[in-house]
Amino acid sequence: MPKDEGLISWKKLAPGMFILEPGNSVKFKTGDWKAFRPVLDKEKCIKCGLCYVFCPDLCYKRDEQGYYISNLFYCKGCGICAQICPRKAITMVLEEA
Amino acid sequence: MKKELVKKIPLSISESSKVKKKIAKEVSIAIAEAVAQCKVDVISAYPITPQTHIVEHLAELVNNGELEAEYMPVESEHAAMSACIGAAATGARTFTSTSAQGLLLMYENLFIASAFRLPIVMVIANRSISAPISIWNDHSDVMTMRDSGWITTFAENGQEAVDLIYHAYRVAEKALLPVAVNIDGFTLSHVIEPIELLDQELVDKYIPPLRMKYKLDPKKPITMGAIGVPEIYTEAKKAQDEAFKASYKIIVNAWKEFEKLTGRRYQPVETYQMEDAEVALLIMGSLAETAMNAVDFLRKKGKKVGLLRFRLWRPFPLKDFLRAIGKIKALGVIDRAVSHGSTGGPVGIEVRSALYQSNKRPKVVNFIAGLSGRDVTVDDFVELFEKTYEAINKKPKFSYEIYGVKE
Repeated sequence: MPKDEGLISWKKLAPGMFILEPGNSVKFKTGDWKAFRPVLDKEKCIKCGLCYVFCPDLCYKRDEQGYYISNLFYCKGCGICAQICPRKAITMVLEEA
Repeated sequence: MKKELVKKIPLSISESSKVKKKIAKEVSIAIAEAVAQCKVDVISAYPITPQTHIVEHLAELVNNGELEAEYMPVESEHAAMSACIGAAATGARTFTSTSAQGLLLMYENLFIASAFRLPIVMVIANRSISAPISIWNDHSDVMTMRDSGWITTFAENGQEAVDLIYHAYRVAEKALLPVAVNIDGFTLSHVIEPIELLDQELVDKYIPPLRMKYKLDPKKPITMGAIGVPEIYTEAKKAQDEAFKASYKIIVNAWKEFEKLTGRRYQPVETYQMEDAEVALLIMGSLAETAMNAVDFLRKKGKKVGLLRFRLWRPFPLKDFLRAIGKIKALGVIDRAVSHGSTGGPVGIEVRSALYQSNKRPKVVNFIAGLSGRDVTVDDFVELFEKTYEAINKKPKFSYEIYGVKE
C-alpha cells in the first residue's frame, strides 16, 4: 500500500488553509530537512555567541554554563554556524539515514 | 473596515428605484449604481477600456459623498487585485473591474483570491487580448482564467448585467468565493438600455451585511497565506475544489431567491426554442440576442432550431447542459476565443468533454467567431446553423473552424 503522505484531512482544514492558532510555527519540525548536523566541541568553544547571532533559524540557545546549543528540532543543517565560528569549534556531521 | 458604519444610500439611486419602471441608462453606469446599492466598502481599480465608465462612475459617487466607501486609485491592475485581496481579508466588501491586459496583469492574484476564499466581486468588460492590440470585444481575456477558481457568469444584456451584480455579492459571500461577472465590452458596456434597478430595501434583504468568520483582525490573529508544503498542498486544493463544486447549489438558490424578490428568473443554462429542436447553437454573452433572431427566422421557415446560452460558466453547469441539449442531432458551439494548438475553442473543448459522459451525444461542430468585435450578424448565425445541419451526416474536416475569415 502506498504511503499516506498527507499531514491532515482536507475536511479539517480551515477555509483558505488559514491557520487559526497564532504562533504555531514553533510546532513545525524543520529539523528533518537537514543532511548535516552541527556538533559543538566545548573544549574549543569560547562562548562568543556568533553561532547564535548568525543562525538564520534562531536555533541556538544559551545553556546554563554559557554554551550555545543548537536545537536540532529546527536546525536545517545550513552550516552557517560552523563557517562563522572563529575557533572552528562546530563541525558539520553527516546525518545517518 | 468599519462594520458599524451605516452607509448613506445614494439619494439619486434610492429615488430612481422607488419609481418602479425602467430607466434608460448606459449599462456601465447601471452596473456602478448596482455596486453602490450593494454597499461596497472598498473599490480598487485601474482604468482600462472598455471597463472605465464603471469605476469612473463609482469614483464620482464616492467623491460626491453619495457612496461611503474607500476608493483606491491604484497604480496597476496587479495592485487593484492585491488591494481587493487585502481589503476582503479584513472582512470588507470589495469591488473591482477590468478588461483584457488588465485582467492578465491581475492574473497571479486571481488564484490567490480564490484560494483564500475571499468574496471579491469583479466585472470584466470583455475585450480581446493584445497582440494585435485591440480594444474590441471577444472572450479571450476571461477564458484565460477559467481554471482560476472564480465563479464566472456571463450577461446577455444590461438588465441581466445589473441583476448578476446583486447575484454575485449574494453568492460570493455565501460560498466564500470570488465572482467574475462578464459583460461584452462596448456591445454591453457602452450601450444605453432600459434598466430597472432594485429597490434599496430589496437589495438590503438580498445582500445582508458581510460577516466573515475568519478575517484579519488584530484582536484575533490568524495566518493567511501560510506555506503549503507537499504534505498539505494537495489537501488544501481538494478542500478548495470541493467548496467550488458546492458553490453550484448556492448559485442556483441565489437565482431562485432573486426570482422570489423580483420575478426575474435566471438559470445556469438559458434555452431558446429547445423543446423540439433538432439542431442548436451554443453561445455566451450578448451575441445570443442576435442568434435568437436567427432562430426566429429559421423557425418561420420550418427549421427546428434552438439556442443554448451559458449564463454560468464556472462551475461548469454539467447537468443543466446535458438536460438542455434534449434530443438534438447536432450542436454548433460558438467560441469567442482561440486556444492555440488545442482541439477547439475553450467552450468547444469543455462541451465535448462534458458530452463524453453522456450516451445521447449529438454531433458537435466548433466555430470561432466574433473575434475582436467582428460582427456576427443574423445572416452569419443562419449560415452557422446550416453548417451545423451539415454535420449531422457529414463529419467536419477539422475539429474547429475560424468562421468568417477572409482567405
